[in-house]
Amino acid sequence: MTRLKPWLPVIGIAVFAVLLLVVAPAVLSMHWLNNLGKYCCWAIAAVGIGLAWGRGGMLVLGQGVFFGLGAYAMAMHLTLESTAPGSLPVFMILYDPLASLPAFWEPFRSDAFTLAAIVLLPVIVAGVLGYALFKRRIKGAYFAILSQALAVALAVLISSTIRETGGDTGLSDFKYFFGFVLNDDANKVMVFMIAASLLILCLLAVWQLNRSRFGELLVATRDAEERVRFLGYDPANIKLVAYVVAALMASIAGALFVPIVGIITPAEIGASASILMIAGVALGGRASLFGPALGAMAIGWGQSSLGSSWPDGWVYILGLVFILVTLFLPMGLSSLFGKAKGLLWRSRGTPPDALDEPAPVLEPVGDGVTK
Amino acid sequence: MTGPGGALVVTDLRVEFDGFVAVGGVSFDAHPGEVRFLIGPNGAGKTTCIDAITGLSKGTGSVTLGDQQLLGRSTQKIVRLGVGRTFQTASVFEGLSVLQNLDIAAGLHRSSLSLLRARRGVDPAIESALEEIGLSEERETPAGILSHGQKQWLEIGMMLVQEPRALLLDEPVAGMSQDERTATGELLQRIAQRRIVLVVEHDMDFMRRYASRVTVLHQGKVLSEGAVAQVQADPRVQEVYLGTAATTTAGSVPPDAMTETTTDAARHGEGV
Ligand SMILES: Nc1ncnc2c1ncn2[C@@H]1O[C@H](COP(=O)(O)OP(=O)(O)OP(=O)(O)O)[C@@H](O)[C@H]1O
Ligand SMILES: [Mg+2]
Repeated sequence: MTRLKPWLPVIGIAVFAVLLLVVAPAVLSMHWLNNLGKYCCWAIAAVGIGLAWGRGGMLVLGQGVFFGLGAYAMAMHLTLESTAPGSLPVFMILYDPLASLPAFWEPFRSDAFTLAAIVLLPVIVAGVLGYALFKRRIKGAYFAILSQALAVALAVLISSTIRETGGDTGLSDFKYFFGFVLNDDANKVMVFMIAASLLILCLLAVWQLNRSRFGELLVATRDAEERVRFLGYDPANIKLVAYVVAALMASIAGALFVPIVGIITPAEIGASASILMIAGVALGGRASLFGPALGAMAIGWGQSSLGSSWPDGWVYILGLVFILVTLFLPMGLSSLFGKAKGLLWRSRGTPPDALDEPAPVLEPVGDGVTK
Repeated sequence: MTGPGGALVVTDLRVEFDGFVAVGGVSFDAHPGEVRFLIGPNGAGKTTCIDAITGLSKGTGSVTLGDQQLLGRSTQKIVRLGVGRTFQTASVFEGLSVLQNLDIAAGLHRSSLSLLRARRGVDPAIESALEEIGLSEERETPAGILSHGQKQWLEIGMMLVQEPRALLLDEPVAGMSQDERTATGELLQRIAQRRIVLVVEHDMDFMRRYASRVTVLHQGKVLSEGAVAQVQADPRVQEVYLGTAATTTAGSVPPDAMTETTTDAARHGEGV
């Protein structure tokens, strides 16, 4: 048991991988598989938020910015791919028949450039932004407000540049995904598999980061930032790494969201979308490994089932769930497992491992899978 | 790097907070091989001195370790130059185990890439620090549930694994039992054989037993300096401590600090 314990999270990830990559494609209808793919995207962003917020204490209220960077990079590429050579994306001709392709669209014709942009744009933006903020010791509410404001700013910028970006209508009608016809079920399954695999990869990456010495330093920075300086580290650098990793994950999530959902609009990256991303993390348990991903999936599922059949009620239910979780389970649903384990140990007369992470939670997956 | 040689030399150190002069031109030095004490009544500026040396407060003047100027550098840089410190209120990472606390403190000399690996086994340096601070049995205990004295020892251990050239300790025995004080004093003497050790303390009994040289601060200035007997015989020192005695109630004084009537009154039981 004790020898097995450090590997429990990996076993959890493996079970999760089997559920997503083997069971889900076998039992789910195309419609629900596509939905599950969408939840996987939100879960990828959530895993990053778990690292930055749960472990690093940075309340990243504006991950929509990085989600948007990845999403729009991908959407521009897919739009160009779906446009006949020599002509313009339809929406541009609609607004101005004599328009020419804006210069910043041009490089997104290239597959390689698009993939590089999805990775490098968030790293550069988060790197510069994080460096400026953390070196100046901006934290807490100021940091949260600033990051939220950025998400709003990007959404407004896109809304107001309708000729260049499609504005509020967004970008849609993608026909091809790197040469594959998107309307084909086999290709849809492939895109889902990519999203699910990347989610698994992100979980593995965060698992390794959490157990590494960096992970210990990150928690130390969260709990006593100034004290970390006396270990000889600049807490700004430690936070920066976690922030950049979270931004990268959000960007990847956004990039995959586009071929799966088939449309991207500013509403998907603005303030409320950003808050919904962090809401799932809070629900699942921000500091645990599986909590953020499962929380995000649960919220995603709630939104597409309850949210579409009973939109008003869904908002109230969401609000109520939050009040209850904040009041009674501030560390999210996954802390229930830690508590249950504690009770179990106590009844057996052995002390619980106080430092142990809440055990992997696989339950809420059912939300997404069994439907 | 850790061998004897460079001394810690503080020259004309001044620290102001919005016009209030907390430290007004303090000079002293500390060498490897001695347990150097800094004493003084509450608010004398002892902690502020240490804060300035470690880059936590901005000071003017000069603080050198060997041939390196410390003033004006960032805290993390000063730590990397070989200065370690503990805090008046023990500040260990409560969520991490004793071992994890020591491990991240020892990380200073590791490459950044090795940070991405998980900890395997225990460094010999950490093992010997555990031994030294007497927490070998508690290695897996979360630091948050250690006793007060154990936390102070853990802080000393976290400093030791950094292999600093100078150790600055802010009231290391506050709140410790007599046995714990003795253990700490002996530990400090062992450490001081090869390193600079500067101790801020209120406990006169502890100071008498372990100090080699003492500097007395009062209202941000050096009042007296020298060997223990010399300082205790200094009429200005007696006046300062007796002067505060009149305004202090004896009830707030911990029993084991009551041995020295002339000096204990400076202690308000603060930091305990
Ligand atoms: N950050 C600060 N801002 C303003 N004043 C401060 C600050 N830190 C310390 N002081 C003041 O500087 C003076 C010296 O404080 P310091 O903490 O150095 O005293 P000390 O000698 O360590 O006393 P004690 O024995 O109580 O720990 C005090 O009057 C204190 O109020
Ligand atoms: Mg003090």
